[in-house]
Amino acid sequence: MSDSIAIHLNGEERSFSASNLTDLIAELGLEQRMIAIELNLEVVPKSQYGETALKAGDRIELVHMIGGG
Amino acid sequence: MSDIFKVGTYTFHSRLIVGSGKYKDFQTTKDATEASEAEMITVAVRRVNITDPGKENLLDYIDPKKYTILPNTAGCFNAEDAVRTLRLAREAGGWDLVKLEVLGDTETLYPNVVETIKAAETLVAEGFQVMVYTNDDPIVARRLEEVGCVAVMPLGNPIGSGRGLANPFNIRVIKQRANVPIVVDAGIGTASDAAKAMELGVDAALINTAIAEANDECLMATAMRDAVKAGRSAFLAGRMQKRAFANASSPTEGYIWD
Repeated sequence: MSDSIAIHLNGEERSFSASNLTDLIAELGLEQRMIAIELNLEVVPKSQYGETALKAGDRIELVHMIGGG
Repeated sequence: MSDIFKVGTYTFHSRLIVGSGKYKDFQTTKDATEASEAEMITVAVRRVNITDPGKENLLDYIDPKKYTILPNTAGCFNAEDAVRTLRLAREAGGWDLVKLEVLGDTETLYPNVVETIKAAETLVAEGFQVMVYTNDDPIVARRLEEVGCVAVMPLGNPIGSGRGLANPFNIRVIKQRANVPIVVDAGIGTASDAAKAMELGVDAALINTAIAEANDECLMATAMRDAVKAGRSAFLAGRMQKRAFANASSPTEGYIWD
């Protein structure tokens, strides 16, 4: 297991032990959620979560749907 | 009578589109949405709360298999943010039918049409089916149609104001000149506003605050359902001509004193 990686997640600097996006979602407990991820301004397809490695300083937006008009 | 509402590649029986914002809880959102008999519901895209990621979600109550989910770009003030938001929405749920709104300022929430057109061009090029919120300007409406939007959605009045239709003349002009569906979006405050909008001949109405802020949300949802249907039927039926003076409804001959 590698050391934890510091990333910017939804505007906050946080550290995770996850090394890729699949692990990050699991660490957050969001496996069953309808979410999407933007990594450094590019949307990452779900099919690529496992092969998308986290790097220190990555800027990640993790979004879901809420009520809106 | 079949009166199908077609938007892009989608077809609906209901001409009422509802929003999912401002409800006091998810159960009320679900109940009122069911009462409205709407088939399409708007949602917003926001950051997951990382400190409490597991809490329940709107889509636990609004089933994306049952409703056509229409992700919006509410809160976006430039084209870039709007495009980013909808790319994320498409990845989240596979939705390609989207509601584009790019706002101009926080007080009026009037659209920034320059940024709206820019965003629409990008989204259309990327294969989105764009339903676009705009002002009640017939020239801008036509431009958005030319850009490739599948529906143009002029405001009746500012978002959340419940003031009804400020300029029914412009809404009618927009509809008469359009080759894509026209949806009145924003401003409807009560059932008569929805009926009046539909009587102008527009294809649908998008309503959120008027239902979510009613004392009885479900009852208002049914009122809006009925008003949209009534207004649509009245439009299709073709209203009588107005007269300056009275015109007796009973025969003016055969009186007993003649």
